[in-house]
Amino acid sequence: MLDYAKILSKTAQEIKPSGIRKFFDLLSERKDVISLTVGEPDFITPWHIRVAAIDSLQKGKTYYTSNSGTMELRSAISSYMERRYNLSYDPKDEIIVTVGGSEAIDLAMRASINPGDEVIIPQPAFVCYGPIAELAGGVPVIINTKEENRFKLTPEELKAAITPKTKLLVLPYPNNPTGAVMTREDLEGIAEILRGTEILVLSDEIYCELTYGMEHTSIANLEGMRERTVIASGFSKAFAMTGWRMGYTLSPREITRQMLKVHQYAIMCAPTMSQFAAMEAMENGSEDVKMMRDEYNRRRRLIVNGLRDMGLDCFEPEGAFYVFPNISKFGLSSEQFCQRLLDQGGVAIVPGNAFGDCGEGFVRISYAYSVSHIEKALERLKQFIETLS
Amino acid sequence: MKELLKLLENDAKLSPRALALMLEKEEGDIKAMIEGYEQDGVILGYRTVIDWDKTNAEYVTAMIELKITPQRGHGYDLVAEKIYNYPEVESLYLMSGGFDLAVFIKGKTMREVAFFVAEKLATLEDVISTSTHFLLRKYKDNNVIYGAVPVDERGNII
Repeated sequence: MLDYAKILSKTAQEIKPSGIRKFFDLLSERKDVISLTVGEPDFITPWHIRVAAIDSLQKGKTYYTSNSGTMELRSAISSYMERRYNLSYDPKDEIIVTVGGSEAIDLAMRASINPGDEVIIPQPAFVCYGPIAELAGGVPVIINTKEENRFKLTPEELKAAITPKTKLLVLPYPNNPTGAVMTREDLEGIAEILRGTEILVLSDEIYCELTYGMEHTSIANLEGMRERTVIASGFSKAFAMTGWRMGYTLSPREITRQMLKVHQYAIMCAPTMSQFAAMEAMENGSEDVKMMRDEYNRRRRLIVNGLRDMGLDCFEPEGAFYVFPNISKFGLSSEQFCQRLLDQGGVAIVPGNAFGDCGEGFVRISYAYSVSHIEKALERLKQFIETLS
Repeated sequence: MKELLKLLENDAKLSPRALALMLEKEEGDIKAMIEGYEQDGVILGYRTVIDWDKTNAEYVTAMIELKITPQRGHGYDLVAEKIYNYPEVESLYLMSGGFDLAVFIKGKTMREVAFFVAEKLATLEDVISTSTHFLLRKYKDNNVIYGAVPVDERGNII
């Protein structure tokens, strides 16, 4: 009998599994639960985008594409970034089409981290950054962002976290789970600290199309930032293409060159039929994005007001499709609150500490659901809150 | 306001408060707009969509194509009025193309529907010919998809 613990990769074994696994297992056993837990759009990929993929299959486009993705798709992405965000990346050697935004994050980390390098991660945040940094030999350094700052990363917090070992700053905005965004002004404060250093930035902009009341700004737009920034983005949230696994990196060619090596050996290329679908999305999908964003916005207003009306404090989320209310006044931990809400109220939401220790005292509620679903959930939630008062 | 109408058309149960929040308007304004639309006949009613196939109701629906000789001075309106006043007639449309009026009839049995066409429609002075088609299955009606109840397949929570 092999001693697997001794044999297998220590790094892999030391990665902590998701802390709320047992909660989710319980959730799947219960019937009649109204869930507000998911992290992906409820929309199905628009039909014309699906047709483009089906078409490519009918035409027999089943071979590998060029490693960094088809030139057409890269060009389409380049035009889109120019048009939407005033960012200029050369499709020839500054764009890689990846297997989801997830691979984009992985490439950026593997191409930039040397063993022992520190990776600054503002939390609450999506769960992947720490583990991926560790797998690349890096050391995660957590910044606990604060509700009073609307969960934005402040220059003071950043300055305090920087050490001589700092290699990379992760900027996950618009943010999952808080819905926080960083405006141009906010980013300028961060850029000011980074200028003149050798610290790189991984800007996870997967939710860039889902901002409400203002246009998204990338840190790469600011002076002195483009040369050190890898933008990781993709099609999942904007075009409701989560299952297609379509993402991309945007970065200076020197960084792209190294990431491409990792991508070539580990992945070869992103799925060909997904690339054809993504091309259609880039070229003709802007109306769909707008339609979905408007719908998310309506739900956002409904849910934020609904939560505030029942005494749940939440700052106004300006991006993504999550709201992050503060439940500490009820005297329960996040997990206790969610467990009780599930058992007594029949509503499932995600405890905030799943996204970092500073998420304790908060819960994440997703509004990637229909209005009628949200209204039913709010009704049940209201009744539950009343039992706590 | 078109957005308000679209939201209500999709879900008549939305409260003025929910609509106000979603459209960034005052609740009072929303209520006033709805009342205005009702008075002007823009909003004609609120109906519940029922899939009768899921009950044990016995019924038959048919679409009848009518060819009409329009009366001098009245066009199609007079004959349309005669037809749509029958309670059996669910819908009546004036169409372009190979026939004039599309009539949707609901009855308890095929025989009942056939007799309605023969005795009440075909006999109308203006009617030249009728062609009856029976509805076999509703896939989608008025933007509602009939059949299987959609299940949320999304599993990944983070």
